[in-house]
Amino acid sequence: MSDLAWIDKALSAARPQAVAALLRYFRDLDIAEEAFQEASLRALKTWPKNGPPRDPAAWLIFVGRNVAIDQVRRRARQTALPDEDRISNLEDAEAARVEALDHADYRDDVLRLLFLCCHPDIPATQQIALALRLVSGLTVARIARAFLVSDAAMEQRITRAKRKVAGADLPFEAPGPIERAERLAAVAAMIYLLFNEGYSAAASTADARAPLCDEAIRLARLLLRLYPSEPEIMGLLALMLLQHARTPARFDDDGAIVLLDGQDRTLWRADLIAEGLALIDKAMRHRKRGPYQIQAAIAALHDRAARAADTDWAQIDLLYAALEAEQPSPVVTLNRAVAHMKVRGPEAALAMIEPLGERLADYFHFHGLRGALLKDLGRPDEARAAFGRAIALANSTAEAAHIRMHLDSLGC
Amino acid sequence: MLYAFLCYNNEAAVNSWTKEEDDAVMARLDVVHQKHAAKMGPALRLMPTTTATTLQKERDLILDGPYAETKEALLGFYILDCASLEEAHQVARDLAGANPGGAYEIRPVRLYVPGAPVAG
Repeated sequence: MSDLAWIDKALSAARPQAVAALLRYFRDLDIAEEAFQEASLRALKTWPKNGPPRDPAAWLIFVGRNVAIDQVRRRARQTALPDEDRISNLEDAEAARVEALDHADYRDDVLRLLFLCCHPDIPATQQIALALRLVSGLTVARIARAFLVSDAAMEQRITRAKRKVAGADLPFEAPGPIERAERLAAVAAMIYLLFNEGYSAAASTADARAPLCDEAIRLARLLLRLYPSEPEIMGLLALMLLQHARTPARFDDDGAIVLLDGQDRTLWRADLIAEGLALIDKAMRHRKRGPYQIQAAIAALHDRAARAADTDWAQIDLLYAALEAEQPSPVVTLNRAVAHMKVRGPEAALAMIEPLGERLADYFHFHGLRGALLKDLGRPDEARAAFGRAIALANSTAEAAHIRMHLDSLGC
Repeated sequence: MLYAFLCYNNEAAVNSWTKEEDDAVMARLDVVHQKHAAKMGPALRLMPTTTATTLQKERDLILDGPYAETKEALLGFYILDCASLEEAHQVARDLAGANPGGAYEIRPVRLYVPGAPVAG
């Protein structure tokens, strides 16, 4: 990695904190973004010469603030012009400034910036796009590629979303504990959505979308550094790490999805699994269970099994029951039925999912699982009908191909 | 003399490396590791500080996060057996050439072997 590449990493790592603090100073998204942009340009000029500062975020906030104030002054036709030498060489001033920046302000600033993107009037995918642009600093072109739309369309989408959040009346005082918890929950949901946007990609688009998973993990790590004692944030990060660890095994050479049962587990990333497991251990100590922790625990049981046959399905069944109690949803029950099938057989599993028929009538996985259970129970005609329905609802050719395999085995 | 090489760096930036970038840095470091293989003791990379817990001895409290909140975090360390401080500094320069950003702190260490006499 060259020095410039390293500086680029340091800049993007400092971006959430810096933009968030500049937003608090100027209370204007455009000014904050421009100020960060300008400060970054100056960093690219001075850091290679002097070496990157010890606290890049503090440097960028300090310089960005001065630049923006100067621009505001110039716009007001005042005479004070920037003293370039003074701004680009702030060894002493920087040190003093760093001490003055309050860590508590920092973390609420970043949370506020992330929360801004979760504006309820903006559709979920646009929330994610906005966060990628504003917080992560990805270029519009890169975000457009990840969402499989043209640059112009993405530019328009982000501009529109930004206009909406700019009008939002979000108080700049430090939030109270309840408000903070609500913001954290909304931001966690947005980060997980971002992760799933990347994780649900087909092989053909995986290269463009995989960075979304990395970005989601990066944001969750940032959030956890700022709020180190939040078990659900630990759970969220663990969940994403434990799922992302399987990415290298999720597609075969032809780009078809390889289900968990058939994956080459030696390809799973041991480093991510170890980090995920460590985070679950930490989260459990708090004895405040929540949906992310439970889902992470389920992912951990899969990741811990050296072979698919070693999977502790009884424990997974129990965890899904806990998740059902915590966050009742037919999809959770459907997932639980898979574990139930492994532990108690297809009859018990079928009994569990039959009541979901109405609510999941248009859900691919419901009909796929129902077909598989009926097949196992020796009811081929009903199985065939269920598989047919599943194929009609398949979201991708890979999903349809998987069901067709079942149909083939029924001799259709 | 045994020296510890404490690796400090901007954690957020290091965590932003893609897998490919991370692998590339580790491959470059491995060249240095092999060059100094005869002197090398354990080399450890610490998981992100978000995985850390800290026991506060006074109140017997387990806290989430690392003990010290530093601008650059302690991300790993080496133990090497070097003939002199100069040699240790040369090793550190070799490592620095392979790994961007941050700093190495070089600190002589004393080794305790379980069951061995403490005096001496």
